[in-house]
Amino acid sequence: MHELSIVASVLEQLDEIKKQQPEGTRISKVGLRVGELAGVDVDCLRFGFECSVKETPWEHLLLEIEQVPRRQRCPGCNAEFQAENWATACPKCGEAATITIAGEELQIAFVEVDE
Amino acid sequence: MSQIVVEKKVLNENQKLAAELRERFRQHKILVVNIISSPGSGKTTLLERTLERMDKTKRVALLTGDLQTENDAKRLAKWGFPAKQIITGGTCHLDAKMIDKHLADWKLEDLDILIIENVGNLVCPTSYDLGEHHKIVILSVTEGEDKPLKYPSIFVKSDLMILSKVDLLPYLNFDAELAKQNARTVHPGIEIIETSNKGDGLEQWMAWLEAKLAAVKAGDAVSA
Ligand SMILES: Nc1nc2c(ncn2[C@@H]2O[C@H](COP(=O)(O)OP(=O)(O)OP(=O)(O)O)[C@@H](O)[C@H]2O)c(=O)[nH]1
Ligand SMILES: [Mg+2]
Ligand SMILES: [Zn+2]
Repeated sequence: MHELSIVASVLEQLDEIKKQQPEGTRISKVGLRVGELAGVDVDCLRFGFECSVKETPWEHLLLEIEQVPRRQRCPGCNAEFQAENWATACPKCGEAATITIAGEELQIAFVEVDE
Repeated sequence: MSQIVVEKKVLNENQKLAAELRERFRQHKILVVNIISSPGSGKTTLLERTLERMDKTKRVALLTGDLQTENDAKRLAKWGFPAKQIITGGTCHLDAKMIDKHLADWKLEDLDILIIENVGNLVCPTSYDLGEHHKIVILSVTEGEDKPLKYPSIFVKSDLMILSKVDLLPYLNFDAELAKQNARTVHPGIEIIETSNKGDGLEQWMAWLEAKLAAVKAGDAVSA
C-alpha cells in the first residue's frame, strides 16, 4: 500500500504551496493526474486520502483525480493513438516498437483556493 | 475561489534525490540495477548465483530491501561482497532517500556495480526512481502467465524480464511462450532471459550485466 506514502507526499507539497499563498488562504481542493501506468490504484489512493486527512487540518480538502490512458507514438509514421487492451503496435502501419508518450503521469495538476 | 496551476510530480522529492544519485553514479561510472518482483520470485537466489559466478576482482555491492528481517543480506554476504540490508519497517518499497542513506559509508569510487534488491512487491516499487540505470523485473513460472497484463507498469518500465525457476516447467502447466508474449505486448522492446537456480540462463544473465557495465564504463549508458 504505497498509496499512503503518495498521499503523504501530496500533503507535504500542499503545505509548501499554502505557505506561498497570502495569510489565511484555504486550499479547498487538489487535482491529481494519475496515468494508467503509474502503478497507482485509484481506489486505494482515494481511500488512503480519506484516512490520511481525517482529523487533520486537511480534513475538508477535496480530491479530484483525472485518470490518463496510455498513449503511444509510432516512430515510423508518427501516428499517435491510445493503446487499448495493451495493443501497442501502430494501428496505421503495423510498427511494433512504438513509444509511450502518456500514461505514466503521477502529478499534482492544480489546487483550488478560497481567499 | 480560484484555481492555481501546479503541474508538479507527486513524488517530486524522490525524483530530485534520484536525479542526484543518478548523477553521482554517472560520475563514478557505477552500473546500478534495481531488481523488482513479487515476494519469493527468486531475487535473492538469482543474486546468490550471480555472486558465485562473479569475477572476484569486480567491485560489487548489494543493497537489499525487506519489511523486517536481515536474512537476505546475510545470504548475500557469504560471497565476500559487501551487502547491506535496508529494513523498511512496513514500507512496501525502497525510495531514493533510503538508498542515499545506506550508501553513506561506502565509497562510490570503490564500486563497479551496485545491485539493489527491492522489497518483494510488484506494484509499489514501480513508482520510486532510485537513480538506477535499469529496472529488472523477475517473473517466476509459478506465478501465472498473465502477470504482465495484470501489473503492466513494472513490465513497461523494466529493460529486462527474468523468467525464473524454469527448472520447474516440466511440473507445471505454465505456458512460457504466452508469458513472454504478454510481456512483449505491454513492452515491445523488453529483453527476456530464462533462468533457474540449477544454472539455466545464468551465462546469458552474466553477459547481460557485463555488457551494461561496459556501456556505463564507456559513458554511453542510457539511463532510465
Ligand atoms: N525450483 C526453484 N526454486 C527456486 C529458484 N529460485 C528460487 N527458488 C526458491 O524460491 C524461494 C524464494 O526464493 P528467494 O530467492 O528467497 O526469493 P526472493 O524474491 O528473494 O524473496 P523475497 O526477498 O522474500 O521477496 C526459495 O525457497 C528458493 O529456494 C529456482 O530457480 N528454482
Ligand atoms: Mg529476497
Ligand atoms: Zn505507424
